[in-house]
Amino acid sequence: MKFLKNIVDSVKPNFEKGGKLQKYWPVFDGFETFLFVPGHATENGAHIRDGIDLKRTMVTVILALVPCLLFGMYNVGYQHFLAIGESAEFIDMVIYGAIRVMPLVIVSYGVGLGVEFLFCIKNGHSIQEGFLVSGMLIPLIMPVEVPLWMVAVATAFAVVFGKEVFGGTGMNILNPALTARAFLFFAYPTKMSGNSVWVATDGMQTVDGYTGATALGNAVDQGVAGIPPFMDAMIGIIPGSVGETSVLACLIGAVILIASGIGSWRIMLSMIIGGYVMGYLFNMWGANSYMEIPAHHQLVIGGFFFGMVFMATDPVSAAQTNMGKWIYGFFCGLLGIMIRVFNPAYPEGIMMAILFMNVMAPLIDHYVVQGNISKRLKRAQVIA
Amino acid sequence: MAETVTVEEKEPLFSKKNRQLLIDPLNDQNPITIQVLGICSALAITTQVKNAVVMTISVMFVMMAGNVIVSLLRNGIPDRIRIIVQLVIVAALVILVDQVLKAFVYDVSKQLSVFVGLIITNCIIMGRLEAFALANKPWPSLLDGFGNAIGYGWVLVVVAVVREIFGAGKIFGIQIIPDAVYAFGYMNNNFVILPPMALIIVGIIIWIQRSKNTALIESH
Repeated sequence: MKFLKNIVDSVKPNFEKGGKLQKYWPVFDGFETFLFVPGHATENGAHIRDGIDLKRTMVTVILALVPCLLFGMYNVGYQHFLAIGESAEFIDMVIYGAIRVMPLVIVSYGVGLGVEFLFCIKNGHSIQEGFLVSGMLIPLIMPVEVPLWMVAVATAFAVVFGKEVFGGTGMNILNPALTARAFLFFAYPTKMSGNSVWVATDGMQTVDGYTGATALGNAVDQGVAGIPPFMDAMIGIIPGSVGETSVLACLIGAVILIASGIGSWRIMLSMIIGGYVMGYLFNMWGANSYMEIPAHHQLVIGGFFFGMVFMATDPVSAAQTNMGKWIYGFFCGLLGIMIRVFNPAYPEGIMMAILFMNVMAPLIDHYVVQGNISKRLKRAQVIA
Repeated sequence: MAETVTVEEKEPLFSKKNRQLLIDPLNDQNPITIQVLGICSALAITTQVKNAVVMTISVMFVMMAGNVIVSLLRNGIPDRIRIIVQLVIVAALVILVDQVLKAFVYDVSKQLSVFVGLIITNCIIMGRLEAFALANKPWPSLLDGFGNAIGYGWVLVVVAVVREIFGAGKIFGIQIIPDAVYAFGYMNNNFVILPPMALIIVGIIIWIQRSKNTALIESH
């Protein structure tokens, strides 16, 4: 630590006002505060500062994502060897998965941070760490076979149009990671949906009868009969986007987020309720075999839990008031299942639902606040 | 009866004021990027450059002719029914345009489909008739119509160029992204073909315009 600190301190004068590399101060500042707790002092207003600043917050979310990432790597390898019909050791699966997943992570971080640094240098404000999490989320919600250049394009698009045009971290309306995914979904549908993108086969011959379709894809075609058993979906050994298949890994992340107070349990809980209610209503209706999928089963397939834990709870784009969070989460779940069942062209309805509710969140908050004001006003008048 | 001869000072055809009528709509008073009018057609028909050019020419004709006609009639149009009168004039011109398009460029006419008819309700045209032609002489009205049509048209063409290159790899229907690039795994971007991306491209144009022309930035 001391050694690191010495290096940082020795190059610091170059970046300070009047130094040779003054222009790149935001980059330096970003790295310095990444390594050490910043020595900023508050200039006005409240003088109590919490040790957990934005960087620490982001790192906690990254920690919560690690189970999903690791399981994703394992599952990529598992599906690969399953598809080509070879048996392999656990460690081989993980290594194969890591080789396939790490490029996605590197491209996502490289492009995203690059764009972010450019904007910071141009605008002269210090680097905000919002992208640390987005950069990890983006590879986890991609199909493993997606070409790297598409990830790069989508990441750049998401950072610029999902975030920077609104004023940077903390000002965005939409969740940047979902923006990236939605962009790819509409831009290159052949690489983002269908049966051939979810499992890495390296062009090798697959075993007979293997389709590589996701649970959602099968649900559209065959309904209850086509989807994997509940426990498989729970553990996550099913084809799907890299990091979203395992409900269990998502739940570990959820525990970390709730325990550290970063993710809102209200949103998570109400989203489960919303999804379950919609699934249950479809059970009652039962117009086609997709609707007959039991509600609890409906929740564990697709990206429902991943979206719920890591996307819907994004503190920037979600609703802010407690009441608003209940409403927001409820409709995320409800709409997610509804889009998924009603429109087979958009199998991943959760993505659409969360983006839609991101847009609605300020409106929900507005009415919650207004409702509270009028309620209290009424009370005040009774006394007067 | 003594004839009263009013000696008007003859204004040169391209006086500074008249030139301003032509130049303003290109940048400072651009109908799309500044006044945010005519967005509907800008999003709908800009998937191909050809369509954008045809649309621009159609709007240019309707706008110039409409402006001149309304300007000529401006003292005769009763104030209370002026919108109806303007609509009739514009509608007549649009039907003319529509028939010509159908006769000579049928395929484009089919692609533009309803949007040719919708030129009638294009806010830019009604806006210019209301705001300019009703209160000005025919010549400045003609220039104003031309200027605004060009201001509308350049945005349309720029958006269409971007959309056609990235959406179809072509310009004017001629492939410009070589097959070799596709062989490397490059794909056309379907999102660019969808209207939301056109809105984003218009947004980028506004962004660039404002960063160049700081006078446009509101002070708040």
